[in-house]
This record gives sequence, C-alpha cells and structure tokens, in this order.
Amino acid sequence: MVLLGRFPALAGASLVVEPGESVLLQGPNGAGKSTLLRLCAGLLRPERGEATVLGRDLRTDRRSVRSSVGYVGHQSMLYDDLTVGENLRFWGKAAGVDDSQQRAAADRMQIHGRLFDVQVARLSAGQRRRTALAVAAARRPELWLLDEPHAGLDQDGRDIVDALITDAADAGGAVLVASHELDRVEPVVDRRVIIEGGQATEKPFPATGAGSDA
Amino acid sequence: MNHFEEIALIAGKDLRIEGRSRVALNQIAPFAILVIVLFGFALDADRTTLQTFTPGLYWMAVLLSSVLAVHRSVAVEAGEGAREGLLLSGLRPASVFLGKAVALVAQLLIVAIVLLGGVLIFYSASIEDPVLLVTSLLGAVLGVGAAGTLYGALLGSQRARETILPILLLPVLAPVLIAATRAFGDAMGTTGTDGWAWTQLLYAFAAIYTAFGVLSHGVLMEEN
Repeated sequence: MVLLGRFPALAGASLVVEPGESVLLQGPNGAGKSTLLRLCAGLLRPERGEATVLGRDLRTDRRSVRSSVGYVGHQSMLYDDLTVGENLRFWGKAAGVDDSQQRAAADRMQIHGRLFDVQVARLSAGQRRRTALAVAAARRPELWLLDEPHAGLDQDGRDIVDALITDAADAGGAVLVASHELDRVEPVVDRRVIIEGGQATEKPFPATGAGSDA
Repeated sequence: MNHFEEIALIAGKDLRIEGRSRVALNQIAPFAILVIVLFGFALDADRTTLQTFTPGLYWMAVLLSSVLAVHRSVAVEAGEGAREGLLLSGLRPASVFLGKAVALVAQLLIVAIVLLGGVLIFYSASIEDPVLLVTSLLGAVLGVGAAGTLYGALLGSQRARETILPILLLPVLAPVLIAATRAFGDAMGTTGTDGWAWTQLLYAFAAIYTAFGVLSHGVLMEEN
C-alpha cells in the first residue's frame, strides 16, 4: 500500500513479474496503474506490505532500484531549454552511460541527424517520447516500466516501442506496461493484469480483442 | 563520476539552460535595476541621502531579485518532471544541491554586478574599500545561493511555491541583508562599522546553509 497525500492506493494489490516476462497493466483511470509503476521505479515509498524489485526491498533500498529500472512516465523528464543531444548527453553522464551506449539507444529510437540539435521545447509529443525512451534505453535497464508508451507516437514510433518491449523480455528483462490500447499491446506482452479497487487481478486476453479497459 | 564531476555536470546544465534562456540577464537584472530606480523615486531624496542609503537599497534589490532567480532554478527541474529524472539517475543528492547552488550563485553574481553598476551610476555611490566590497558581496551571494537552493528544494513541486517562496526565503535572508548592508556601508564609506566583522558573519551564514543543504537535500528530493 502507498499513500498519495492522505489517500491509500494499491491497498490489496499483489503482483509478481518474473525475468523475461512482459505484463500489461490495465484498469480504469485512477485505478493505480501509474502509481504501481512509480512504486516499482522507487519514486514512491510503500507504507505497508512487501514490495521487492529486482531482489531489493523498496522500503530500504530504493536508491539502488532506481538505477536499474527504465521508467518512462507521462512526463518526459527532459529539459525544454536544452537540445535533444544535450539532454541525451546530460542524462547519459548522470547515469554513467558511455557515449557509444547513448548513441546506440538514440539510433534505436530513430533519433538522427538534425534532431540532435533541436531544442526539446520544439519537439512534437512523439519526438519527445522517443527521446525519453532513448534516455531510459541507454541505461540498459533490467526492468522496464512504461506508462502509456504508445501515446503521441506515429506508426514508426509505435513499432519501435513494440520492438523494445519484445527485445527487453527476450533478453531476460522484465517489462510492465500500463496502457489502454489492448489491441496494440496484446501481441507483444505475455499476460494481462487488471488494476481496480486497489487489487491486481490476472485476466486472459479477450478472444475478440475488443480493446476495452477490463 | 566523482562528487566534483557530478557538481560540474549539474551546474553546467543549469548554466547552459540559463545561457539559452537568458532569464537572469534579460529579466532578473533589469528587474533589479528597476527596483533601485523606483527606490530613488520613492525616497525623492537628494544625492547625499541616496548615497547614505545605497547599501541597504542595493541589498534589498539583490534579495528581491534572488527570489526570482531561486524560483527559476526550481522551475527548471519541475517543468517536465526532471526532478524525478535526477532521483532515477543515481546522482548523489549532495552533488545535485551543490551543483544547483553553484549555478545559482553564478547567476546572482551577474545580477549583483549589474546592480552595482546601477547604484554607482544612479545613486552616484563611491567605493572606498574595493577588497571589502568584493569579499562581502561574494560572501552574501554564497549565502543567498545556498539558502535559496535549500528552500527551493524544500518547496519542490508545491503548486503554491511562487507565493510561498518569498514568504519563507526573505525572512531567512534577513541576516544576509543586515550583514551585507553593514559591510557595504563600511566599503562605501557611509557608515563607521567594522565591515570585515560583518563579512565573517556572511561567510558563516553561507557555510551553515551549505552544510545544511548538503546533509538534507537527499530527504528533500525524496519528499518533494
């Protein structure tokens, strides 16, 4: 359970994700999907219950968890006044990532040429998201935490995210994806968990692929 | 990366952002000049009276401007959730504090120097002890930078930080105002106080707030 201000969230949620697994989180707005991702990223402190990420206790070892996850949330965490290249270099250096790793991540997100010199404030929502994904990818995280990763992306961008989820799981990492786009995410994840009323419940994918929340 | 590299990384990033946005130079410094010009109008004083009050008016203008600079320093991290990025990056909180403080001090120094030119021109102030003036100015700016960075982090992502920041920060900076005014008074020959004793107080203030910021910034980053 975590506290958001005075309000408890995820009071009865129980979820285990194994290495090599990719899991889709679904649920109505405000159900706690983003809260769960932020908790797993070490950005929130669990108030009660057990929370272990990559073998580390979130109550006592959040700092080491943070450096091992690739969290991309609703906000890009980029500096608007810096260019794409400057942001990549800054966050790469901050995380101890070498230049070649950074370039490879940028290539993977199709960030090339002149885009490096564009100020982040002038980017489209999709370019901004791809830059945020490149920052996270450069760290080669063991656990990916993606909150609505397809939002604002064009078809190419969506394909890049799909490949990222598949490759991460194939490489033995774990992926948690919160998304309302069931049709889009279903082919690239292993299972589906519904977050609702503070509970996490595993549900099979609907046979028709109707794209509903639950 | 060692501590110094981390501090340089954060300070360099903030200064690069400032270099691109030029908020300190194009907005805060003109605001500070405007304040001293308006003080001159409000007091409607002759030149001698203005010269007498120059140290106090100067430091009032610097402190009011520093609130804008601190707010800008906080806003840089708050805009797109970069504060959380810093948490996830694994950078040491003490390095983040010192890096941001260094960048803020650099920006405040620019404002203070521009403003010094302003009072020399508009108030016809004169400098009798330039070494004391520069030493006390540096000590005061270090103190404002350290306390400003600390209180900026304290307010963090609070929605009402624009209005709360001056209410919290200005009273805390009162010792800087008093000590820097006395030291400047001595350096400008307007008062007969011991400016060096007041300058020591400025450096003690800066040291205390720097130490407090280094020790507490981790908790402040976590909680905000």
